[in-house]
Amino acid sequence: MLKYIIKRILMLIPVLIGVSIIVFLIMRVFSPDPAPIVLGQHATQISVEAWRQANGLNDPIFLQYFHFISGALTGDLGTSFYTKMPVIKEIFSRFPATIELAMVSIILASLFGILIGVVSAVKKNSIFDNAGMLLALVGVSMPIFWLGILLIIFFSGTLHWLPSSGRINPLLQPGHVTGFYLVDSLIAGDMDAFIDALRHLVLPACALAMYSMAIITRMTRSSMLETLQQDYIRTARAKGISEGKVIGKHALRNGLIPIVTVIGLQLGSLLGGAVLTETVFSWPGIGAYTVACILKSDFPVVQGVVLLIAFVFVLVNLIVDVIYAFLDPRIKYSKKEG
Amino acid sequence: MEKGYSSNSDENLIQAADYVEKPESQLKEMWETLKQNKAAVVGLFIIGLLALIALVVWGSELLGKQILPYDPNYSDMTQSFIWPNAEHWFGTDQLGRDMFSRILDGTKISLFVGVAAVAISLSIGVMLGAIAGYRGGRTDALIMRIMDMMLAIPSILLAIAFMAALGKGLDKAVIAIGLVSIPEYARIVRGSILSVKENDYVQAAKVIGNRDSRIIFKHILPNIISLIVVRATLGISTAVLDTAALGFLGLGVQPPYAEWGDMLGRARGFIFTAPYTLIFPGIAITIIVLAFNLLGDGLRDALDPKSRIK
Amino acid sequence: MLLEVKNLRTEFKLKRGTVRAVDDISFSIDKGEILAIVGESGSGKSVTSLSIMGLLQNPGRIVGGEILFNSQNLLKMSQKELQKIRGNKISMIFQEPMTSLNPVWRIKDQIMENIMTHMKISKKDALARTIEMLDTVGIPSPAERAYDYPHQMSGGMRQRVMTAMALSCEPELLIADEPTTALDVTIQAQILELLYRMREKFHMAVLLITHDLGVVSEAADRVIVMYCGKIVEEADVKSLFAQPLHPYTVGLMRSIPQIDDDSDQRLYMIKGMVPNPLHMPPGCPFSDRCDSCLERCTKDMPELQEIDGHKVRCFLYDKASEGELSTK
Repeated sequence: MLKYIIKRILMLIPVLIGVSIIVFLIMRVFSPDPAPIVLGQHATQISVEAWRQANGLNDPIFLQYFHFISGALTGDLGTSFYTKMPVIKEIFSRFPATIELAMVSIILASLFGILIGVVSAVKKNSIFDNAGMLLALVGVSMPIFWLGILLIIFFSGTLHWLPSSGRINPLLQPGHVTGFYLVDSLIAGDMDAFIDALRHLVLPACALAMYSMAIITRMTRSSMLETLQQDYIRTARAKGISEGKVIGKHALRNGLIPIVTVIGLQLGSLLGGAVLTETVFSWPGIGAYTVACILKSDFPVVQGVVLLIAFVFVLVNLIVDVIYAFLDPRIKYSKKEG
Repeated sequence: MEKGYSSNSDENLIQAADYVEKPESQLKEMWETLKQNKAAVVGLFIIGLLALIALVVWGSELLGKQILPYDPNYSDMTQSFIWPNAEHWFGTDQLGRDMFSRILDGTKISLFVGVAAVAISLSIGVMLGAIAGYRGGRTDALIMRIMDMMLAIPSILLAIAFMAALGKGLDKAVIAIGLVSIPEYARIVRGSILSVKENDYVQAAKVIGNRDSRIIFKHILPNIISLIVVRATLGISTAVLDTAALGFLGLGVQPPYAEWGDMLGRARGFIFTAPYTLIFPGIAITIIVLAFNLLGDGLRDALDPKSRIK
Repeated sequence: MLLEVKNLRTEFKLKRGTVRAVDDISFSIDKGEILAIVGESGSGKSVTSLSIMGLLQNPGRIVGGEILFNSQNLLKMSQKELQKIRGNKISMIFQEPMTSLNPVWRIKDQIMENIMTHMKISKKDALARTIEMLDTVGIPSPAERAYDYPHQMSGGMRQRVMTAMALSCEPELLIADEPTTALDVTIQAQILELLYRMREKFHMAVLLITHDLGVVSEAADRVIVMYCGKIVEEADVKSLFAQPLHPYTVGLMRSIPQIDDDSDQRLYMIKGMVPNPLHMPPGCPFSDRCDSCLERCTKDMPELQEIDGHKVRCFLYDKASEGELSTK
């Protein structure tokens, strides 16, 4: 198993290098020149040239890439053209907000998705099943940002229940430990801050979770329908155990195997969806920031962020595969033998 | 004493024959099953209706005739933010333009971008997938690794990066959205080709000395066409969503085109004062995406041999 | 009587019509007896066993009759009461050992679950009993194999595991639905031998469902032949093989290859095919395949009648046949 994981981690390297090359080409070769944006429209030709020279943009493209990748290997992703801050710092001041949002969303999506999916499968063709499937269908058809807007109109505008933007009331901001406000406020023992952070999180998390929940619901339903037809489910029933145990211990345990893959893939798409959710809810995360940086041609930041997101994405895939092997003994053992 | 066996092998023969049937008959059979699926018929009906709206609006535009209640781009600041009423069914926006006319006008943009983007990703994706699956070896590894890399970047970020590189505009949005979903098609086609490749009739075609491209187009692709049709239908709904997302971020289709996502993005500031300006474009997007999803799901069920038996 | 099935009728309501999978059948099993039900696929033998277990799936439904187990009607019981009997007093082994065990659970957990559902014993004792059962059904080094997953075992081994699981609570009735069909011939004999031995050891009755007359002749005490949801013949195993009465049974026996048969005759085949269950012929369901079909066979359904303890459903043995039989 360990050998397999190490092998997989080694296989990540070419993927990450490839990703960095793709981003590098799109940004540095095709994107607009950042110099006029940084220096302003009225900058002189000389100052533009000087700036380009200073930031290495006049070097041949492969040399630029070599600088970038050798820096990245030592943990240095360069500095932002605009803030002049190290990219690493820029990223890590915003990344926890995105991760917190994505984690809460994926938990919501998995919990409700699996629940609705299982009940729909068990009560196939019932009213609940039809309602659940309709919800799932609408869920995959609604633009994330529009759902966010609807939630704001209803829960912030009409009902005044929940805040429409930001992560927390700045006065309540907990000290930085993990960067996750829910965790940090608990560490600080500040319940007011925790509740405030939670209230800020509810709407964006729901908006972001909806699409993934819909996908997980559909996948769970079809996986469970198939599993419930299996011979070993009949065997379990023949043992005289309760129907609840048949479904919970026998069917779900098997039906979950493909669902894990879907959840992993959804975590990747959540990072993309975060771009839109963060924009709608003015969430101070990495997504909205990256969009701004792409538009400003802030090459170092964009390269760093995309590399990081790609790393998270492939890492999640790896974790999913490990969980997969854990859930399905047939896989684990065939690897051991092979 | 087992008498079931002979009929079993007959069944296998029939199935084998099924497999090599002509693509027309495969699509025909899909259509027959599809007709039984109420949800898919509803989806098809909505799509037909939207396509009709788009055609009529576009046609009248070409002829220089005004068929919409108001000129979708005529702005009159004295008429801004009129709530929905009998004259302006969906109200007017911040520039005093009639929302109902703008939303009807936007149908053609969304349909066009959706279909055109899928056409791009479909043609390139199918080609790459076919080459990778058929050639195997290093070609396969190279193509599929690049696809993996593209999949490791969230598609919306990739699309934004393409837009930044290409510049804003309708044609660029089509290209960016089209490029982003190439890997999905490539993967599906490659997977199916790998499973079809070893079939006897493909091997037979090889032995006779057919050229590779001929084998791919004549013998392999027809057998996975229904799979591609399903994927493309669902792909249109994704493309429409992506178009709206780019528009919402201010990166997609630009005025004077009335694009729903762009309308949403520009009306964001009025979320509490004029929420209706944000509700109707969203409903329009949801309906069109829903319709393609309904149709796509129906097609997939029609393709599934388990449901065909019924 | 341990089990009495009276006028059981089970139907499958499909869109295109209703299939009478089990059509008014009655039989009984004594304590310690092995009763075999023989028939082709679609004859209703498996549906009968699932009806007894209460494991019918939609769209299958029991529409009439009684199933008395120790004089209690199983069909009147709640799911809770049935769960107490299933896996405990009545247990079942299935045709497909490859797919009937849960692939993600260790063998021991699957057997222990059965034990701990019905017996109030500790986990440790349940594990000990599991290993003991695995030993009883002939699994070598059972204490280690107990920790295997199903995919690590061969088909024959898995069927032994299924048997161990089914016997783990010492049932009074074991229903074995085609227990040997999916196995190699040599393994088949071992599993049958195992069933036979277990019957002796636990004094249980066995309802053996099979399409294989060879299996029947080796294992059963009494035999029921089913065709199209109806019992067409019932007899003890000796008299059935000595003198099969129903033309269908005769046909089945003639189509078994005989090793000591030196004649050059081709193997007999029953002509035609099983009728479509949605379009049953009006008279005897076997009439269109029968070599001795009479005119009335295509119009009326013969009754099941008893001749010297040997029951048969055929007009050939109506009235006139009595004299013919008694001369033998």
